[in-house]
Amino acid sequence: MTDATIDVARQSVDTIQDSYIAQVQRRRLYGGLTLLIFVVLMVSGFHIADERNAGGFWEGLHQIGDYPADVLSEAWQKRAELPGLIAKYFPALVETINIAAVSTLLGAIGGLFLSLLGTRGLARWPRLTPVFRRTSDIMRAVPEIVIALVLIFVVGGGPVPAMIAIAIHTAGALGKMFSEVAENADLKPVEGLASTGATWSQRMLLGVLPQVAPNYVSYALLRFEINIRASAILGFVGAGGIGYELRNAMGWGQGRYDDAAAIFILLFGTIVFFDQLSSRFRNRLTGGLGQ
Amino acid sequence: MTTTDMSFAKHEADKLFQRKRLIGFGIPAVIVIYLAYIFFAFDLPGLAGRANLENAVTLASDSWSHKVHVARDNRTGEVQYAVEGERKGRYPQGQRPDWVTGDEIITIDLGADHIVRYLPDNRTEIEIPGFPLITAQAEGRNLTTNLPDDLPGWISASNRRVGITTAQGRITLTGARTEVFNYFPGWELFWFTLDSPYYGHGLGAILFGAQIDPERANISGAVSDWWNNAMWRHKDVAWAIGETILMAFLGTMGAALIALPLAFLAARRFSPVMLLRAATRRLFDFVRGVDALIWTVVLARAFGPGPLTGALAILITDTGTFGKIFSEALENVDQKQFEGVASTGAKPLQRYRFGVIPQVVPVLLAQILYFLESNTRSATIIGAITGGGIGLMLTQAIQTQKDWEEVAYYIVLIVIMVMLMDWFSGWLRSKLIGR
Repeated sequence: MTDATIDVARQSVDTIQDSYIAQVQRRRLYGGLTLLIFVVLMVSGFHIADERNAGGFWEGLHQIGDYPADVLSEAWQKRAELPGLIAKYFPALVETINIAAVSTLLGAIGGLFLSLLGTRGLARWPRLTPVFRRTSDIMRAVPEIVIALVLIFVVGGGPVPAMIAIAIHTAGALGKMFSEVAENADLKPVEGLASTGATWSQRMLLGVLPQVAPNYVSYALLRFEINIRASAILGFVGAGGIGYELRNAMGWGQGRYDDAAAIFILLFGTIVFFDQLSSRFRNRLTGGLGQ
Repeated sequence: MTTTDMSFAKHEADKLFQRKRLIGFGIPAVIVIYLAYIFFAFDLPGLAGRANLENAVTLASDSWSHKVHVARDNRTGEVQYAVEGERKGRYPQGQRPDWVTGDEIITIDLGADHIVRYLPDNRTEIEIPGFPLITAQAEGRNLTTNLPDDLPGWISASNRRVGITTAQGRITLTGARTEVFNYFPGWELFWFTLDSPYYGHGLGAILFGAQIDPERANISGAVSDWWNNAMWRHKDVAWAIGETILMAFLGTMGAALIALPLAFLAARRFSPVMLLRAATRRLFDFVRGVDALIWTVVLARAFGPGPLTGALAILITDTGTFGKIFSEALENVDQKQFEGVASTGAKPLQRYRFGVIPQVVPVLLAQILYFLESNTRSATIIGAITGGGIGLMLTQAIQTQKDWEEVAYYIVLIVIMVMLMDWFSGWLRSKLIGR
């Protein structure tokens, strides 16, 4: 009797152990396979990229330092002129920052409306929430360069195409992040306001915005950091600002290294400065959340 | 509560309300002032003068339609028919569109009773309803026409060049060349070019119909003709999109692989040496601060244009970003699991593998996948600068300023590509970490 029970128990322990080991082995197999596929993808991807590149990876590797060294040595030789050059390119830098600031501002306003109209429970027209969500998805998916290049063709070069392009992308990106915050907003103040006969805009302004404002501002600041980089890059394809000056400095025959160095310094300093500033503000706003 | 207390509280409340009011009006006022400054700094009033509405109209109409050129060389008398006027879209010898008739006198029917006739000896007749018959004679570099002096807005004329724009099509005449542009909706030759035997056959005829090209099976022949379409270059476009995704993939994954071990050095919990920690952090800040634009420029000098340069630029920039995010995630790791694994006698490497990695993997994967999607967009832009991928094709198509239907095609493809990557990274995230 007792022997039989022990036997059964031992058997079930054995089966459990067997199936556990089998499961572990299967997991290891899957993990190994995933790793293998990943390694194959990385290696073959690297080979394809290397093959389709004008210069090879190994030939180029030891030349990486050449250009920075040339730029630095020329800048060091002409270091007396550097403050003058920095002053010369400062207006272009201000334009780049302005593009980023305006597009963040406009994008945040657009994203605010997209998020409130696209969040269930808050929407002005509940039936249209999917429309606003898809709109922000599409606006987010269009890379800035696409809109910028088309607008440069229509209105000519300058800050305006970059501003519009970045603002559209920002509105889509912030619309999504904002609506994730708005979904978690407490609806009680909204209901309370609705019971007093408040209109939709009053409900949003007084019931929702005070709840979500810290997170919204934090996300907008994060976007501002990203947008400074984006507006510098767009300048390189013809839309004003420091990127445009950089392209001109680079395209000048061998390149005017002292000018390029001044622009590099300005751009690096600006990005680091605004990164630090905005991360300090964001930490104060959300206590480290909203990353 | 005494009266003084009350008045003090009231005073405080008043001050609070005043501050709130100041913020409530002050912030919008600052925004309005800033926008007004931008309005003039960006020269928005002058924008209307600089904007080229004609470009906008060409862009809007060309992106969804195509035109067929009928051009007569007035020196040789030869007439050529070509889609978009391109050599690759030229009709083969002896073929022409069915709205062109006649041999001696070539009659071009633009529709709605707009008719152009190419007469012998470089004469041209243009019939437009509600306007007297226009005749033109090309001689050397000059044109003689019967056009009156006061012309409607849709005709521009000098003794060198006449341009007529109607809703049915456009006609330009110069001494050397007479051209008619007939517009049709749709992207012509998208599937097959005119020299392909499959041109003009429907999908059903190719799949189930009789063999069209005696030398090839229908499906493989049609696929290869479509793939090698010289006008739309489907093969090159597919390669370019592959390159762009490859840049994003290599850059993101490579950055993650490099940043993970470095992040341990930068996290306070795992890296006791203060100096090393600070040095790693400054390194992260530096590569992040230099930004993808400068890295692209620097790397393009060493590696030349191509996808590898773009991938490396993304890799270096994102190593900084990932390093920062990863080390923050590592700081927030729960020490208890680490200690629990250590108590079983695990070696240091095993402690990290089983005590730390399982905790941080969801955070890291979520970030990596999010960056994979966002880097697809960056790779498009970096490709335009460094010369690789779909970004380069888009810039080239826009700079030539005539193939707007190709621009529209690329834009649609880019948007689909980004949305697919977005969907894919979301799907992978839900598969791997289950949310």
